[in-house]
Amino acid sequence: MNKPLRRIAIFCGLLVLALLVRDNWVQFVQADELKNHKKNRRVQIATYSKPRGDIIVDGQRITGSTKTDSIDFKYKRTYKNGPMWAPVTSYASQVFGSRGIEALEDKILTGEDDRLFFNRTIDMVTGKGKKGGDVVTTLNAKAQEAAFKGLGDKKGAVAALDPRTGKILALASTPSYDPSKIAGSSKEDEKEWKRLLADKDKAMLNRALQESYPPGSTFKLVTASAALENGLYSGIDEPTKSPLPYYLPDTNKQPLNNEGDIPCKNATLREALRVSCNTVFGKISADLGNKKMKEEAEKFGFNDPKVDTPTRAAESKYPKDNRPQNAMAGIGQASNTATPLQMAMVTSAIANNGKLMQPYMVDKLRAPNLNVIEQTEPKEYSRPLSSSNAQKLQDMMETVVEKGTGTMAQIDGVKVGGKTGTAQHGENNKANPYAWFVSYAKTDKGSPVAVACVIESSDTLRDDIAGGKLAAPVAKAVMEAVLKTAK
Amino acid sequence: MSSATTTATTTISTVGPPSRRNTELALLVFAVVIPCFAYANVGLALSDEMPSGMLGYGVGLGLLAGVGHLVVRKFAPYADPLLLPLATLLNGLGLVLIWRLDQSERLARTAKFQGFTFQASAPNQLLFSAIAIALFVAVLVFLKDHRILQRYTYISMVVALILLVAPIFFPGKNGAKIWIVIPGLGSIQPGEFAKIILAVFFAGYLMVKRDALALASRRFMGLYLPRGRDLGPIIVVWVLSLLILVFETDLGTSLLFFGMFVVMLYVATERTSWIVFGLLMSAGGAAVVGTFEPHVHVRVMAWLHPFDVFTTGQGTEQIAQSLFAFGSGGVFGTGWGQGHSDLISFAANSDFIFATVGEELGLAGTMAMLLVYGLIVERGVRTALAARDPFGKLLAVGLSAAFAIQVFVVAGGVMGLIPMTGMTMPFLAQGGSSVIANWALIAILMKISDTARRPAPAPAPSPDAEMTQVVRP
Repeated sequence: MNKPLRRIAIFCGLLVLALLVRDNWVQFVQADELKNHKKNRRVQIATYSKPRGDIIVDGQRITGSTKTDSIDFKYKRTYKNGPMWAPVTSYASQVFGSRGIEALEDKILTGEDDRLFFNRTIDMVTGKGKKGGDVVTTLNAKAQEAAFKGLGDKKGAVAALDPRTGKILALASTPSYDPSKIAGSSKEDEKEWKRLLADKDKAMLNRALQESYPPGSTFKLVTASAALENGLYSGIDEPTKSPLPYYLPDTNKQPLNNEGDIPCKNATLREALRVSCNTVFGKISADLGNKKMKEEAEKFGFNDPKVDTPTRAAESKYPKDNRPQNAMAGIGQASNTATPLQMAMVTSAIANNGKLMQPYMVDKLRAPNLNVIEQTEPKEYSRPLSSSNAQKLQDMMETVVEKGTGTMAQIDGVKVGGKTGTAQHGENNKANPYAWFVSYAKTDKGSPVAVACVIESSDTLRDDIAGGKLAAPVAKAVMEAVLKTAK
Repeated sequence: MSSATTTATTTISTVGPPSRRNTELALLVFAVVIPCFAYANVGLALSDEMPSGMLGYGVGLGLLAGVGHLVVRKFAPYADPLLLPLATLLNGLGLVLIWRLDQSERLARTAKFQGFTFQASAPNQLLFSAIAIALFVAVLVFLKDHRILQRYTYISMVVALILLVAPIFFPGKNGAKIWIVIPGLGSIQPGEFAKIILAVFFAGYLMVKRDALALASRRFMGLYLPRGRDLGPIIVVWVLSLLILVFETDLGTSLLFFGMFVVMLYVATERTSWIVFGLLMSAGGAAVVGTFEPHVHVRVMAWLHPFDVFTTGQGTEQIAQSLFAFGSGGVFGTGWGQGHSDLISFAANSDFIFATVGEELGLAGTMAMLLVYGLIVERGVRTALAARDPFGKLLAVGLSAAFAIQVFVVAGGVMGLIPMTGMTMPFLAQGGSSVIANWALIAILMKISDTARRPAPAPAPSPDAEMTQVVRP
């Protein structure tokens, strides 16, 4: 009987071997995957086992951590002025995961980042608990407050940049939510989370970065840039030879209408921008053609799916299209869409004499002992237009504010350039239009601020809506706040 | 003819192998000290101080091991020296693991949340371990020779059948009907005892029938096909194990019994064809039942897609949690008391106790633990090889194979190698029936090995030799 016994011994050995192999597979090969699986609660337990690092604006912490009595999560994230800063911070929730900077800089905030290794080791030796690092942002608290208050209970968003560096100064979105209320693991947190998910107004949507709207007449800045860059006109005071009425190309005499009876026949570029002529810019777009318009838009950041601030912005689109649609896209309609950040980028490129800087909001990452681990350096994104053409556009935009549709944005003693926009949307353009205003302010040290403001819908009567009236005061307040703090 | 050659070639010598009892004692010291260190480790990790029960625990485990050792010295002096220390080590570590999970605030809160009181399991488990050692001692003292068991072949069959069938009449727990509930006393898991009793029956039955089963067969395509009527017993056992699967929804037990039977049949008849038949039948049966029996089907699905529960919300997340525990342990583990294996929540200290080993001791500790189990099986099979009587061989190999299959099924289940079954890790897991039955199993194996290694009594003076004696002057 011994021969089969030996075989059975081998069989039992194989059973044990199979277990050993499987064990190596699970605990060695797949270990990292399992350890960091998003449903593995240990990840959250570790994340909240100590106070998280903070997000900092103007030297002030806009986040915090409090102790809780939960077994799994010793600490809970708190936010100061949560709704105002939500587009910047996003949220870090014990139960619902994290987003935005909280997610992208998680390793620094939890102190797990490899660059904090030395700190961790020192802390371990000296017996201090592990601490997280801080994320210092580029935001301007006063500008953010102006933006958030300016939007008030209206639905909309503001994005403000420093054109010289690309630093994001304000990033507001309304209606907003309080990330503190979903940070914990209590029943109330869950209730709030469910309410936010079902919210019709999409309070959790970061409209400044992640919602794209038809840019409307503000897009005429890009169309004008394209006209100048491609040499369609040599000067901004040269007649554009545009007819009125103007019919869309390749259509059976379908007219492109202006808003009201405005002097657009054969208007100069300056005049056409001042009164916002659809006919003139529609014709320019048609004359240049889809390819050239698309190229110019892309230089400003359109069609780039990876605009990372580091929170990724939605892609603004200037798509390939047929001639009539392209003419419409030239005045910011049709399938042309842009995020508020995108329009702030357009404005900032013009204000910065043609140089577009990469927008960013994380200035530096800091170790718990305040050592700087990483400093973001301003980076050029592209050069959408030459310096001289940029100055021509500035001239045109300043005319708009001086005596055009944007007079509401005037600031005493400061040069302000701007552009209004009223974008139609919805079926047959029935829905309330989006009111846009983009502008920059300029001092003798260059332009410290470019801002884009969009107000999504309003109870205001339809014909009353014009970017100038609704959005310009918000933009103005943001610019003033930046100018004041710059001094 | 010289008498010297005769002595040299004979396998039964009067000198015999050394008893190795001192080796066993030395190993036992390690088997007691290691769990004590583990116990201290848990206490230090959880509350930064030596656990208060430390002394009691150490003395308790030491006493149990000591009593076991002394009895072995007296009643089975030639028994295998490894089995007792290995089982003691596993039992000791199991107690530490259970105690460690008793300290889990999370489990306590979950229990409270679900409306029942959380009870510490370690004290009970220590009591069960003591009872188990008592049974171990009883087997060694009263079972003079394992061949006595052969007399009870058919009684064993009846008892085993009763034990297997009984749970059908008791309410199931969590989908599996594997308990006999005695009101006021608790519940026992008869499957654990049936394992041993069935091995006795199979060994006795096969020893008698092996020739018929082995020789009366036709050769077909290189395989010896048994005659139709000889197929009877295997079909009966197969049907029985399928019935267990269907009525008690216990995948593990049915796999265990069928596997044990096929192994013993193969050893008894030396016919590979039985293995082929066995595999085909179990595969067929498992496939059919796995598809149609809802409880088993759920387990198979949970095995194939362990993480689906998070998206669909259906089924149990135990498998996923168990895999997380193993993965989070990594190569070296988190250390005693520092893991979060209690996230498995339900059955964390019984069916899933091995996940705690995985997380807190890591790949290194888990492999060591598996090798300890492997060693026990190896010593068991070695005992079978050394045994001189066919009944002892069959019984030893049956018990060893059953032990190996059980370890494979449980560890494989929690590591996601095979579908989860309702069995417990021998010696580690919380549960009285399991620890008692497995100590009895070890006792029987030690008794067989004692008989096998015991030197034969000095041959009686041969009358022939006397007749040819040279008449001295």
